[in-house]
Amino acid sequence: MLNSVWIIVALPALSFVIILFFGKRLPKHGAEVAITAVAASFIGSCWAAVEWIDRVNASEHAAGIAGFFGKGMMPSDSAQGGVEPVVNSLTWWQSGGIDFGVGTYVDGLTVMMVFVVTLISLLVHIYSTGYMHDDKRYTWYYAGLSLFTASMLTLVVASGTLQMLVGWELVGFCSFMLIGFWWEDRENSRAAIKAFLTTRTGDIGLIIGIIILFTAVGTFNIAGTNAYALQGANNHDILLIASICLLIGIMGKSGQFPLHTWLPDAMAGPTPVSALIHAATMVVAGVYLGARLYPVFYEGFSISNGGINMMALVGGITILVGASLAFVQRDIKKVLAYSTISQLGYMVMALGVGAWVAAVFHLFTHAIFKALLFLGAGSVSHGGTHHSFDMREMGGLRKKMPITFWTFIIGSLALAGIFPLAGFWSKDEILVNAGSQGFELFLIIGLVGAFLTAAYMTRCVYLTFFGEYRGKHHPHESERSITTPLIILAGLAIVGGMINAAPLGIKKFTEWVEPTTNFPKVVHAEFDVPLAVISVSIAMLAIGVMSYFMFRREELTKFKGLTQRNRLARSGYTLLERKYYLDYLYENVIVEGIRTPIARAMYWFNQTVIDGLVNFLGRGAVRVGRFAYENIDQRGIDRAINASANEIGAAGGVLQRVQSGSVQRYALYIFAAVGVMSVALFVLSVS
Amino acid sequence: MELNQFLILSAFIFAVGVYGVLARRNGVLVLMSVELMLNAVNINLIAFSAFNHNIRGNIFALFITAIAAAEVGVGLAIVLLIYRNLRSPDLDRVEQLKG
Amino acid sequence: MWEQQVVFWLLALAMGGAAIGVVRSNDVVHSVLFLIVVLAGAAAQYILLAAEFVAWVQVLIYIGAVVVLFLFGVMLTRAPMGDDGARLNNDQRGAAAVVALLIFGVLTALLVDAFGGQEIRFGADLVAQGRPQAIGSDLFRNFVVPFEVLSMLLLAALVGAVVLARKD
Repeated sequence: MLNSVWIIVALPALSFVIILFFGKRLPKHGAEVAITAVAASFIGSCWAAVEWIDRVNASEHAAGIAGFFGKGMMPSDSAQGGVEPVVNSLTWWQSGGIDFGVGTYVDGLTVMMVFVVTLISLLVHIYSTGYMHDDKRYTWYYAGLSLFTASMLTLVVASGTLQMLVGWELVGFCSFMLIGFWWEDRENSRAAIKAFLTTRTGDIGLIIGIIILFTAVGTFNIAGTNAYALQGANNHDILLIASICLLIGIMGKSGQFPLHTWLPDAMAGPTPVSALIHAATMVVAGVYLGARLYPVFYEGFSISNGGINMMALVGGITILVGASLAFVQRDIKKVLAYSTISQLGYMVMALGVGAWVAAVFHLFTHAIFKALLFLGAGSVSHGGTHHSFDMREMGGLRKKMPITFWTFIIGSLALAGIFPLAGFWSKDEILVNAGSQGFELFLIIGLVGAFLTAAYMTRCVYLTFFGEYRGKHHPHESERSITTPLIILAGLAIVGGMINAAPLGIKKFTEWVEPTTNFPKVVHAEFDVPLAVISVSIAMLAIGVMSYFMFRREELTKFKGLTQRNRLARSGYTLLERKYYLDYLYENVIVEGIRTPIARAMYWFNQTVIDGLVNFLGRGAVRVGRFAYENIDQRGIDRAINASANEIGAAGGVLQRVQSGSVQRYALYIFAAVGVMSVALFVLSVS
Repeated sequence: MELNQFLILSAFIFAVGVYGVLARRNGVLVLMSVELMLNAVNINLIAFSAFNHNIRGNIFALFITAIAAAEVGVGLAIVLLIYRNLRSPDLDRVEQLKG
Repeated sequence: MWEQQVVFWLLALAMGGAAIGVVRSNDVVHSVLFLIVVLAGAAAQYILLAAEFVAWVQVLIYIGAVVVLFLFGVMLTRAPMGDDGARLNNDQRGAAAVVALLIFGVLTALLVDAFGGQEIRFGADLVAQGRPQAIGSDLFRNFVVPFEVLSMLLLAALVGAVVLARKD
């Protein structure tokens, strides 16, 4: 299976094509095809995981034998216990003597990602049969899910950065398509466009980074790129620039500050889509890229030196921004969206402080419990509030929806990092690594983030499930197709973290997933009991404080009362409610600035600034002239100067006409530009 | 005969076609100018085909002829659509791209 | 060789004049007629270059089909027939002429620089190469896939044209 993971990718792609052509005519309108394909992919990925684990164990066994017989007996690589990734590739096309390959690069990270993607995707597919039951674009929805799964798997198994880019753009497109799924609503299509454009902004960085790496390395190959990065210090500048560019790509895709603003808006899509794309898989593509090309970042940002680097800083800021914004949301999905941003911040920060395993482990656990939370929120709106996500219409659902309630509680506790749920192990691993390698600042940020996380989840759970029911419908528990995935995910959220429970001596995740070849020598911090106690108590404290506020006042009024009485609190609340004014900056300042024709700005500049300047200078000259040169006609000079000013103004008017909207005018510019450039080239080549 | 005779004739017809595309207001006339440009390309291909004694130029010219036919079909349909929506075949009435 | 030269220059003058006629005529129908002259001239040039098959295809498809399409287009859009220059030309004629001259100039300079003085060698092999037999065997031996793709393109264009032009 390790040599044929392409089958796992091909199945959802095939299902997409089948649904596209025959979906509407099938008895279940395409859902059965999609679910079968993803289920087969999931089985394939389990099989691949088993084979990979066998391979790791066999290699350890071989290393043991080699140790027993002495190092001379075995090739040095396997003597170090290195497990080579399984690489298969074929030439996609050839140009200028360079092969552009497609293929699969399978190691522990790939296997883990394939497992997560197919697992969550399968559960979301099943969940959607209930959730999307009456939708008029049901078939289309399943086609979209299939295409997304295939694209995400393409990205994950890619053997080269170019292929990764293809998958990366495809998942971006699917995300766009599914956010705007209910495009009749103008809000939704705007959100889709915003998400697409914001991630595209980051993609430019990614593309430039890939090109830089390609120029430096001479291949798109991931293995080759990583080997190049580890070669030595003589290429540090290139690696630094490349990793900054790649980091911009990560910022766009993984919702890192300051490109995170699209993710909350992306909640306009159907909830299962939010769970799959905007919590568990697509948004972690950035983190995956960081993990996949880790040697580049490790060397580029000199992570081994400790101290502050850009990656850790971006992650750290994102933790705080996301967590604080999650406080003021009224929409349960937006709370979760900001929480996702904040948790992605943890992953990026972990990569930035050299805690590779912790980052990937957190990716793994977060995918499970955040998908659980999103699906739970979907269940609440499905059964409880009739497709509303406003927490003001919820409350008191604890009794009416017991399964949803308990699974949601488990997800929240896992997210808050309460022992012994999944989130505890991964978050703790990040913190302990940050603390032990000279990144104390980030340890503190992580602890503050843990406090905020626990607090906003308490608020969210309280508003949703406790108190009195404030909606106008008749809440009831959702059907089986919705609760089954919730129960499965809740089970995984309880036990999933144990796979790397360091104090119990279980380090399977590290063993299976961490690459052993072509990888920088990262330090693994040992489990630290006091730190774990501190982080759990911080989370408990946050839960306690928030519960005190919530239960005592029963309503939101207390919080509101505080903000009304205290000016500082109020301004803080406004700042948060306006999302730090970032959207305002992007939409009103930057976009407006570009949309209003630049020519008009130039015209204005000409009319007021230059014109004024010229007039001012002219008048000054006139005054001087009146005294010094009595016999030169004052009006003549004045007129000449005014004429020149008018000329400049007219030039601005001409520039304004560039944006005429006439196609033929644009064609004229194109041909003229081609002509002028050919002349230039011709002259240059002849001389 | 010199190769350049044909090439420069083709360049001339191409330039005339460019002028037509830029200066004509009527959509049908613009399409006709595009045909002029495509024909100029064809002359080029045939001339090189004869110059190099290579049959590929002829084959490419055939492909271009077929594509030109497709292009005229779609192009005229677009002009018809413009005419139907704007009550005029004039391309300068199409200015929804205006900034 | 002089007969060929005479024919070439006659054709070239006719084609150049007709091409200018296409873009400067004040009557749409005249423009179509001028276009026929250019297309027929091009076909004759192909024969001069011993590309017999392409020449006939040119006559059949361009003059036979494309020009008829244009005439349909003229009729369906009720383009003004008769003298109406102001409505046929837009206001960027001067700039367009400058750009066209620029492109012609730079192309000519380039061609003279690159291929100045190179002669075309005519012979029996050239004539054989222009025959349908040679073209057919090369087309279906080496260009089958592009040929099929082209047929798909034509189909797509057909469907697209119907969809666009359909009244609904």
